Amino acid sequence: MATALADPMIARPFRVQRMRQETSDTFTVELTPEDGGPPMRFLPGQFNMLYLYGVGEIPISICGDPTAPDSLLHTTRAVGLVTRAMRQMRPGDVLGVRGPYGNGWPLAEAEGKDVVLVAGGIGLAPLRSALYQLLAERNRYRKIVLLYGTRSPEDILYRRDLERWRAHLDLEVYVTVDRASGQWRGNVGVVTTLIPRAPFTATNTVAMVCGPEVMMRFTVMELLGRGVPAGSIHLSLERNMKCAVGVCGHCQCGPIFVCRDGPVFRYTDIEPFFGKREL
Amino acid sequence: MVAVQFNLAEHPFCKGLQSEYLEFIASCASEVSFRADKIIFREGEEADRFYLIQEGRVALEAFQLEGGPVVIQTLGPGDALGWSWLIPPYKWRFDARAIDHTTAISLDGKALRERCNSDPGLGFEMLKRFAVVLEQRLQATRLQLLDVYGRR
Repeated sequence: MATALADPMIARPFRVQRMRQETSDTFTVELTPEDGGPPMRFLPGQFNMLYLYGVGEIPISICGDPTAPDSLLHTTRAVGLVTRAMRQMRPGDVLGVRGPYGNGWPLAEAEGKDVVLVAGGIGLAPLRSALYQLLAERNRYRKIVLLYGTRSPEDILYRRDLERWRAHLDLEVYVTVDRASGQWRGNVGVVTTLIPRAPFTATNTVAMVCGPEVMMRFTVMELLGRGVPAGSIHLSLERNMKCAVGVCGHCQCGPIFVCRDGPVFRYTDIEPFFGKREL
Repeated sequence: MVAVQFNLAEHPFCKGLQSEYLEFIASCASEVSFRADKIIFREGEEADRFYLIQEGRVALEAFQLEGGPVVIQTLGPGDALGWSWLIPPYKWRFDARAIDHTTAISLDGKALRERCNSDPGLGFEMLKRFAVVLEQRLQATRLQLLDVYGRR
């Protein structure tokens, strides 16, 4: 159960407990409530608005374990004003958090079915919290398969988690990179190339996909080609979210507001406008 | 040969192939295995065969004088390895190296080429199948070029 929002526009202060450099340009910030209040409960797939005082506010998915919400984890890439400033933060620094927002992944719908998580690049972050939840309730699901693609071996996120997940006998993990030297013993190719032979029963599968939109477009095509029903494919969209409560319209995409109606959408609900360049 | 023919019929590349063609292809086929890290073929060598992978994984590599081998793509069970046997000058364009212990069906490219020339029906079947392989590799290469993971 997610924590109810007292006032959705007021940021709650959180203190940085730890900063972890994940790759050359991505990092994870670990936060705990500064006010000594209860930890923030969230649903896998939800996001928070992180506010660096005097710099700005950005939406970032929650990537921690929803069954152990004592600390709040967010992984992001240092690409803009706020994320670059965030990377400079140190333990003890304080930032504001609004959230959690959004609907999260359809885990209840996946019960009794195979679950395929397809992640591209930093899109693994919002799926990590889903995977924690799936593993915490492992007997509710059939096969669980994680397909993860990224640029190079150096860009692989959550290496320790991936190693631990690979050791699970009841979880299939496949990682692929776009380019690698001859030392790399894993797969090379985009993440879509893993789909045709991944071990799941397509007609009884719920797929959860997160990554850049171009990657998700091709992933959807491959999943449909494999026989996964269009209504069983769920995508996490990323748009320019500002208010996070469906008021400002910055994240509007066709008839939807990504912050209010998503960020996770059933493919059949967004198919008419998904990938439309005019939007 | 019966076992090879059965394994050929099971391989996705041969799915739906007429039995007379399957029978001929089986006569050009043998089952092979490669230990991990074994070089299957090298760039520039004569491409006189191709492989249908059953188990294991194979890396397609390009060698750079500065930096050594770069893995272009990895192939696995169900994939076809190599089409240079079909296209002049019949030379491999990349190196192929087994990543894991790999088993495959090896097919005599020269014999198949000759038969494809004299039997357009078989030739068309082979071209249709390799067109699918080529399309899939082209799509995958385009996505790699797009650098799809870059911004998120």
